Amino acid sequence: MATMTYLQAISSALRDEMRADERVMVMGEDIGVFGGAFKVTDGMIEEFGPDRVMDTPLAESAIIGCAVGAAVVGLRPVCEMQFSDFISCGFDQLVNVAGKMHYRQGLAVPITVRLPSGGGFSGGPFHSQNPEALFMHSPGIKVVAPSTAEDAKGLLHSAMHDPNPVCFMEHKHLYRRVKGEVREGVFETPFTARVARPGSDLVVMTYGAMVDVALQATEDLEGASIEVLDLRSLVPLDEDAILDSVARCSKVVIVDEANMTCAAGAQVAALIAEKGFEDLDGPVTRVASPDVPIPFSPPLEQAVLPGVDRVKEACRELLAY
Amino acid sequence: MAMADTAAAGTAQADAPQVTASDGVTGADAAHLTQEDRIALLRAMLQMRGIEERAMSLYRQGKVPGSFYDGYGQEAVSAGAAFAMAAEDRLCILHRDLAAHLIRGVTPTRIFSQYMGRAAGITRGRDGNVHFGDKDLGCVGMVSMLPDMMLVATGMAMAFKIRGEARCALTWFGDGSTSRGDFHEAMNWAGVQKLPVVFVLENNQYAYSTPLDKQFAVDPVRRAEAYGFEGVSVDGNDAEAMFEATRAARARAIGGEGPTLIEAVTMRMHGHAAHDDMKYVPVEQVQEWKQRDPIERQEKRLTALGVDVEALRAEVAAELDAAVTEALAGPMPTADDVLDGVFCTDEATPLGDGHAPWSGFTGSGASAQGGDR
Repeated sequence: MATMTYLQAISSALRDEMRADERVMVMGEDIGVFGGAFKVTDGMIEEFGPDRVMDTPLAESAIIGCAVGAAVVGLRPVCEMQFSDFISCGFDQLVNVAGKMHYRQGLAVPITVRLPSGGGFSGGPFHSQNPEALFMHSPGIKVVAPSTAEDAKGLLHSAMHDPNPVCFMEHKHLYRRVKGEVREGVFETPFTARVARPGSDLVVMTYGAMVDVALQATEDLEGASIEVLDLRSLVPLDEDAILDSVARCSKVVIVDEANMTCAAGAQVAALIAEKGFEDLDGPVTRVASPDVPIPFSPPLEQAVLPGVDRVKEACRELLAY
Repeated sequence: MAMADTAAAGTAQADAPQVTASDGVTGADAAHLTQEDRIALLRAMLQMRGIEERAMSLYRQGKVPGSFYDGYGQEAVSAGAAFAMAAEDRLCILHRDLAAHLIRGVTPTRIFSQYMGRAAGITRGRDGNVHFGDKDLGCVGMVSMLPDMMLVATGMAMAFKIRGEARCALTWFGDGSTSRGDFHEAMNWAGVQKLPVVFVLENNQYAYSTPLDKQFAVDPVRRAEAYGFEGVSVDGNDAEAMFEATRAARARAIGGEGPTLIEAVTMRMHGHAAHDDMKYVPVEQVQEWKQRDPIERQEKRLTALGVDVEALRAEVAAELDAAVTEALAGPMPTADDVLDGVFCTDEATPLGDGHAPWSGFTGSGASAQGGDR
């Protein structure tokens, strides 16, 4: 075990895979000589060379499309979107080419797309988004979103071993704020949910940066026993873990940092409505960013992103139901 | 029987940077083609036209669902280019390029089954018409966003270069594709990294109903220079000229000299799809291009060499009639597994090698590896 930040855990996974498997390469904008906008790939070009730590042209569609081409002839490319927001420029290649390939032609596309996501630091409307639900809606793409350093490494290893396109949502705000004990070397974390804290009166279901918000908000809520379920994987969605939590707790708050409409949490709510209704003891409650672009100025951004207080309030109301 | 061509494997000359249109009959660039090769080119074009004619008829009978797209009059573009590709090369094939599938080894029966959405089709009914690629033959099927595959081909070439392999990727796309961002991203990336990729711009004068003057303000072949590599314009209705331009481009690619843009100048002789009566195309334009039919041109050449072209036609027709019968006898897919296969649940298996019938590859040992790692 070693103590690592969330960011170091991601770097460690990339390095370990590149040392173990010569097919693995990383590609993206400014990731080589500069080491990446967030320094995730810092120093890697010295160890692995410019072919395997590739500074690409500023062209997101090309990054995804070329990764698809390289993958179907035997490489294991890991693409970095400098910000997850920029995946909009590579949407077509990811959704139409990569995502539909195996269903149509039986041809696997083993690519991992790293998506530095999320707000909380005045990134403004184009450096703060959480686009994961777009890819949940597109068949053939897996989506994972770690909240801890250990899961950041383990889920990234699993993503790189997966024979399918995987969107790896890495939350920028966690990069240096989250630190923890992480196993060394290559290990896989399954694409399943994790009980971050067990409880019995109410469960908060969330993922990514909101896991920590949920844990803080429910640490001491008038003595209530509150479970926090870290979804970790959005595609596949761990239906069993979600329904087990519903059965245990009977009251559910779902938190998304993403915009409310059709967010990942909406799918979770729909699942519970369909399959967990009999276990409910109150309305499924959602907390998410309202449907506005994420604003720049700190008071505006704080007014939009879900925080500890909003989660607390939602839990209190539901507990009182 | 005259043997006009004696060039064999290994005698490939240094690159011919500019390819001109042939003289129409003897073939200006036949130096690398044996008579068998020239017959193979004609056979692939006859198969393509014969398959598409029969498929159109099946469409009108209601046996081909959806719509139907063909490449009538453009057969030389895919036949000539695909014929220059080695087994270990990789191709992304578009919807007017059926001859490329045939050259790589896809059988007519599977193609008819594909058109009709049958279980024996290449995509087992999961995708329609020419949206397919046989992964075991080194091909990736297109998506409807046409220049997308330029980036996939660029990525394949990137992998070849990283691994130091003497291999090449090739893709086709149309004049309309040159307006989209992926065209530019692929051209730029391939130029920056000097990748072994061949881009075949199939300029068939119309993107659906949109003519060239609404598509670009410069001759698109000149764009290659702007991205740092060579562009050549070729008579796209001459299979041998297409072959020669592609052979030279492939030689440059595997020689480390980077990509080539080949503009194949041709004409879409039918509508965009079966529903399209092409009223927007002047009658004279179609008449003019009818005189340049690529199959007639190749037949004239071979007839002059003493080849029995009629016998070849009859042989292909019989083969295709049998293939239609066989495909019609095949079942439609059942919906039992319609939800399966969205994700790969096994090890990812990369593309396999395709057929490479050109005599220049015979016995070269170039195809020994049998697929990607």
